[in-house]
Amino acid sequence: MTIWQGRGPAVVAGLAVAGLTLGPVAAVLWRAEGLGAPGPADWLAVRFTLMQALLSAGLSVLLAIPVARALARRRFRGRGALVALMGAPFILPVIVAVLGLLSVFGRSGVLNDGLGLLGLPSVKIYGLQGVLVAHVFYNLPLAVRLLLQAWLAIPSERFRLAASLGLTPMAMFRTLEWPMLLRIVPGAFAVIFVICLSSFAVALALGGGPRATTVELAIYQAVRFDFDLGRAALLSVIQLVLALCAGLVALKLGTGAGFGAGLDRAQQRWDGSAVLDAAWLALAALFLMLPLGMVVLKGLPGLALLGAGTWQAAGNSIAVALASTVLCIGWALPLATRRGEMIGILGIALSPLVLGTGLFLIVRPFVNPLSVALPVTVLVNALVSLPFALRILRPEAEAVRHDYARLSQALGLTPLAWLRLVLLPRLRRPLGFAAGLTAALSMGDLGVIALFADPDRATLPLQVYRLMGAYRMEAASGAALLLLVLSFGAFWIFDRGGRVNVDA
Amino acid sequence: MKTAITFAAGCVLASGALADTPVLTVYAADYIASEWGPGPKIEEMFEETCGCDLQFSPGDLMPRLLLEGGRTEADVVMGLNSDVTKKARESGLFAPHGVDLSPLTLPVAWEDDIFLPYDYSATAFIYDTTRLPNPPESFEALLEADDDISIVIQDPRSSISGLATVLWVEKVFGDRAQEAWGKLAPKILTSTKTWSESYGLFTDGEADMVMSYVASPAYHIIAEGDRTKKAAIFPEGHYFMVQLAAKIASTDQPELADDFMQFVLSEPFQTMIATGDWSFPAALPQEKWPEGFKELQIPETVLFYSEDEAADLRDKAIEAWRAALSQ
Amino acid sequence: MLTLEALRYQTGDFSIGADFTLPQGRRVAIVGPSGAGKSTLLDLVAGFLAPVSGRVLWQGQDITAAPPNKRPVAMLFQENNLFPHLDLLRNLGLALRPDGGRLRQAERDAIETALARVGLDGMSGRKPGALSGGQQSRAALARVLLQARPVIALDEPFAALGPALKSEMLALVRDVAQELGALVLLVSHDPGDALGFAQETVLVAEGAAQPPMDTQHLFADPPDALRAYLGR
Repeated sequence: MTIWQGRGPAVVAGLAVAGLTLGPVAAVLWRAEGLGAPGPADWLAVRFTLMQALLSAGLSVLLAIPVARALARRRFRGRGALVALMGAPFILPVIVAVLGLLSVFGRSGVLNDGLGLLGLPSVKIYGLQGVLVAHVFYNLPLAVRLLLQAWLAIPSERFRLAASLGLTPMAMFRTLEWPMLLRIVPGAFAVIFVICLSSFAVALALGGGPRATTVELAIYQAVRFDFDLGRAALLSVIQLVLALCAGLVALKLGTGAGFGAGLDRAQQRWDGSAVLDAAWLALAALFLMLPLGMVVLKGLPGLALLGAGTWQAAGNSIAVALASTVLCIGWALPLATRRGEMIGILGIALSPLVLGTGLFLIVRPFVNPLSVALPVTVLVNALVSLPFALRILRPEAEAVRHDYARLSQALGLTPLAWLRLVLLPRLRRPLGFAAGLTAALSMGDLGVIALFADPDRATLPLQVYRLMGAYRMEAASGAALLLLVLSFGAFWIFDRGGRVNVDA
Repeated sequence: MKTAITFAAGCVLASGALADTPVLTVYAADYIASEWGPGPKIEEMFEETCGCDLQFSPGDLMPRLLLEGGRTEADVVMGLNSDVTKKARESGLFAPHGVDLSPLTLPVAWEDDIFLPYDYSATAFIYDTTRLPNPPESFEALLEADDDISIVIQDPRSSISGLATVLWVEKVFGDRAQEAWGKLAPKILTSTKTWSESYGLFTDGEADMVMSYVASPAYHIIAEGDRTKKAAIFPEGHYFMVQLAAKIASTDQPELADDFMQFVLSEPFQTMIATGDWSFPAALPQEKWPEGFKELQIPETVLFYSEDEAADLRDKAIEAWRAALSQ
Repeated sequence: MLTLEALRYQTGDFSIGADFTLPQGRRVAIVGPSGAGKSTLLDLVAGFLAPVSGRVLWQGQDITAAPPNKRPVAMLFQENNLFPHLDLLRNLGLALRPDGGRLRQAERDAIETALARVGLDGMSGRKPGALSGGQQSRAALARVLLQARPVIALDEPFAALGPALKSEMLALVRDVAQELGALVLLVSHDPGDALGFAQETVLVAEGAAQPPMDTQHLFADPPDALRAYLGR
């Protein structure tokens, strides 16, 4: 079956991704005049990076299974809000998330205060456990959303059949849910694994220091302190290769077919323990909402301290987020294929620092990097969001092509008519989710700003860091809260927009 | 649309200004150029007399300069630290500053003709008197202190203050550095990527002490009227950290750049920089310091490595920290 | 006249060959066991699959390399014949304006007429979801009417309809085809469809599509392959 779609846009989009990731690496390599040699400490960093990324992705997906299943089969008040929340923590800037998590799990956090009251020994967050808690906090919501979509796509007739046959929960799991999980889990795992590969500040702060040294830190050290670009390039190539391996394995194992169904309805099911489901949902909600609540609480007094500069930065962030969203979606549509998703994963696989340095080297001969700070931020945010957008869009896009390509071909629809009348309307739901995620990510992402900082047009995350750097921790908390509200607002509006008034 | 118009208007104005007045481009660390750093005041004060347009260009200082090499647009730079100047000097990008160094009031002798100090501080553990009423009275005492004390520091591989910390320990303990780190290890909650994260953890109450600067309490005194944040002063001495400015050899505004270097040590600049950068002025007698700064406890001994020593010892000092804290 | 000239298609273990000619204006059923390649044959004619060797000709002209919309074929699929998010006017409009552009008044009138012809007058504003299964089939047929192509290919489009509704639809197809003077190719697994509808029948079995035979003769004295399929 031939795929009805012009090859041109896909090729252009794919080349753009490859060029924007491999190009900067090449520029850094060229400037460094060759690859450097990794030291023994670098290999330790690679080992730790791999281990924490595997564990983080594994745990996130594993824990997402019962949560997504509970969301799929239970109806309750606030379910919609909980589904919407399953996008929020994912988009917090690192420093805010760390402080939020520590006010719950830290030495003097809510958890240890509670344990102290009960006369129980305190728990220590710092160490591998801290890294995992943080990464699960970041990625559990994404995993839940991806799994939930797949769960709801299992036709309800099958559950009816299973109920009439009186299948045991175990048999039901094996015949209906396990095959679905086998298809979906590899893709979700791969995306999260790749995100965790380039973790740095979170891993360091909660990992307790040098025990939690990641490759990204080694890259940072090579660029910032040693100016050893050859070593930085080598390390980023190692990181790229690890990410691509994960992507290849995931694509080999999983076929992300058919999401489709709406998130608003719960499946009618006749199995499972409601108590257990409620417990999972309560735990997940608590785990996500407590740190967020602390961010909100701590930020409220700081809101009053925000000056005009911060509000202006908020405006810049919104503009950047919107532009990144449009660019990312336009980029993702032609790439929403198996091969396209493979290429797209390059976007988050490359070290942000190497990406920034490479872009700087490429742009520098032509324009003053400061004057293109915001456009570069828009571009990089879109590039980094691309793998998420593709993970969300691809299964649905494939379904649309499968269902309607022949009809469109028989009618001889022009590519534009196919896009406007068939693809976009049919993809509205996943487009809303993908756009929401991109907008929120772009609002919160600091990207490559280190070499492309525009003194007059800062974005909100940069403003948070500047406030903290100037001892203004309270105002920084306020700005962080503003960032959280904007990110979540953007996510909610797009995600919601994709879901209302959708026909069949 | 409105932003587009403002943006376009800004471009027109900027290019208009460009045509009339010379531009002095100052590469500066982000915290200097930010609206809460000294940048805006520096710009205002210098532009009053120079008949020029001073433009800050914030961001990663050394990587950017080294990437740009001789084609850099920078005329001067601000925010270099003495522990990493070796690489900067070897790049050959800088020109002598030509400033008379006799007004310097640094606690160490300074005779560098390239890198000009404008303020300084020293490493110190900051504590909160309400949480830690009896802080350790010496570095030795800190090592032997109860392991319940929690400390946050910065990673020496990603943070300049983190690097100063390991050099401090190296200077104080020498061959015993790794052993010293070993004794500190149970008290150290974590090492963060940057100073901001550490300090945030401290003000949040997560840690009892934070690795910061002797002058840090001045911020709390002056800006918040809070006298509960104090630096633990150790008789073994504190590691000297100095902020440096330098003139770029390839500058197209050599006179303006020279004027700026002179301006850096002038009294107006020096009076302003204390509360602008929350550090001690490099060339201002103590009696002229702002009020809050006079209250600060000043270490009697200041420890310092030359840039060559710092470069040589860096890997060893970091390894001592890494080995002890990776246990 | 539709000519399949030494046509061969192969993928993996599966292969099918055909070498015959179908005259204009006839109604031809394509029958055979499941998996023998009935739909594949149709896809080769409609241009969704490319043959390994051989040619497809229409009125002596080679159309083997032509894309589906450049062939003289209008096709109804097993499912997904209408876009569910577009109303009938826009669904049918795509047959006239494949670029999705605004319809002119004459085109709107043509669509209304075609809908009336299949018994759906005044329903142009409805979306497929608001129609019954039979009505959806009629709407799709109205589009075939608008396309006005000399070959109509039907890939079991009425399989989900009840027997009465199905024969009603087949009667409608016959009328439409007669109006257009079109050759109809009907894939069906139901021998009743072939007997009731088709003048000629192509038997697809054992890797080959047999040349068309008179339907009544074929079923009266079925060859072994058909006998096995019919279970006699």
